[in-house]
Amino acid sequence: MKEILEGSHAVAEAVRLCRPQVVSAYPITPQTHIVEALASMVADCKLDAEYICVESEFSALSACIGASTAGSRTYSATTSQGLALMYEVCFNAAGMRLPIVMTIANRAMSAPLSIWNDQQDSISLRDSGWIQLYAEDNQEALDLHLLAYRVCEDHDILLPAFVCFDGFILSHTYEPVDMPTQEEVDAYLPAFNPYQRLDAKDPISFGMYATPDYYMEFRYENQRAMLRAKEAIVRYGTLFKEQFGRDYSGLIEGYELEDAEIALVAMGSICGTVKDAIDEMRKDGIKVGLLKIRCFRPFPDEEIAAALAHVKTVAILDKNVSLGSKGAVGLEIKDALYGSSIAVYDYILGLGGRDIRKKDIRAITKLAEQGSGDMFYGLREELL
Amino acid sequence: MRELRIHGRGGQGSVTAAELIAVAAFAGGVYAQAFPAFGVERRGAPVQAFVRLSDETIRLRSQVYEPDYIIVQDSTLIRDVNVFAGMKPGGIAIVNTEKSGGYEAPEGVRIITIDATKIALEEIGLPITNTALMGAFAAATGEIDFSALEDAIRGRFEGKLADTNIRSAQRAFEMVKGGNA
Repeated sequence: MKEILEGSHAVAEAVRLCRPQVVSAYPITPQTHIVEALASMVADCKLDAEYICVESEFSALSACIGASTAGSRTYSATTSQGLALMYEVCFNAAGMRLPIVMTIANRAMSAPLSIWNDQQDSISLRDSGWIQLYAEDNQEALDLHLLAYRVCEDHDILLPAFVCFDGFILSHTYEPVDMPTQEEVDAYLPAFNPYQRLDAKDPISFGMYATPDYYMEFRYENQRAMLRAKEAIVRYGTLFKEQFGRDYSGLIEGYELEDAEIALVAMGSICGTVKDAIDEMRKDGIKVGLLKIRCFRPFPDEEIAAALAHVKTVAILDKNVSLGSKGAVGLEIKDALYGSSIAVYDYILGLGGRDIRKKDIRAITKLAEQGSGDMFYGLREELL
Repeated sequence: MRELRIHGRGGQGSVTAAELIAVAAFAGGVYAQAFPAFGVERRGAPVQAFVRLSDETIRLRSQVYEPDYIIVQDSTLIRDVNVFAGMKPGGIAIVNTEKSGGYEAPEGVRIITIDATKIALEEIGLPITNTALMGAFAAATGEIDFSALEDAIRGRFEGKLADTNIRSAQRAFEMVKGGNA
């Protein structure tokens, strides 16, 4: 049923419908409304789960690891500094192959302190072994939680996932979403069936000590599972489309891309503004399109190379920067297009909540046309 | 697409106003988007909140720079912030003030002044002006039905608090409708 509510509450509802058995999280702006809502649901018996209150994000994800190894469907949510505090625990969850789903309400990293949006937080965990999905709007944010549990709990995958949605820009926005019913979600997402679990009668260990004779094979298996996740996301995204009518069968999505000469590449909520800007530029005869990346980990390099094969110029909109190098998405795209004759330019923008308007997208398109890129866009020169 | 920008101070309920206007518009079959622009999170600091209304799905995520409508919760803001910035010709500005007029608005913008603080103090007993200004917005723009606004307020507040806020909204609505604002 269509209803209008805040993005954070749409996500909390989606999580409730996924029937997690254990939720552990520590509140942090702009994620707070999600976990407040879930805590209320547990207290009001609307969600039959254990809500474990903790003193830090490190403990929150550690509690999720304990619960997941014991065979529970588990959930957490965080952002920015909270995610940074989970750094070591994130690697553990992935290495133990635990299908934990965690919402990231994307926010800039300190210092300087910023509560506002960019994607530096989740991007900086790109090597941790978590699947990373990015939502363009609150409907997609809601839906991706269902998809994430379905993919992660597949016994051929067994990986944790971030569902990323832009802090404030989506988390604090009221907009209509189509909320599925419990019956519909149950039909899509079966009860958690752990591949293996801690059981005192049949003891096993998770997260063992691995000597040099074994460690590399564990990492290789982790990588293989991550690469298999591409196919699983497509498969379960197709299943989602068949059941709910909304199409998440692609790791990427094109908008006005088929005949485009210039392709803009972006992730998350900026894609909506980009689409509106493209409609305006198309009216002016500019052959521009969008390649939206929904899945950043695993990275759909072959799919992107195929989707961009016909364009002349690519402009990547990066809401992050790998300091001392480039934007993380830009680096990946340059790798995916290595050996092609396509001109590829990276633009760092929107850091720490700097607003992005249609005219900015138009200006970047023009810069790319002129062959000017690999730069921070929208700097206030008077402050430098 | 029509766009509303609400100017207020932290604690005055600007974000709630944006949300409830969106809820009321959605109930009337309109696609609505409401979101805040948080500055520093403290009482009294200038804040903005935005609403977009359209017959089609809204994809745009930038803040509102060229509003059709503005609501100013506190007229002392006009000294510090250019609240009328970018307003479209034909636009409507709803300003909470005890004075009538005296503001220089862009050409073609209609200013409606209303003493929402007085209404709120009399009806709610607190200088919380957002619901009165929502009533004024409904009357001045026709974007939302009063009954939908009433439902939205009742969906957010309970019991007596809902009743007093609805009375506050109703008084402002009728004043603007009757041309007495």
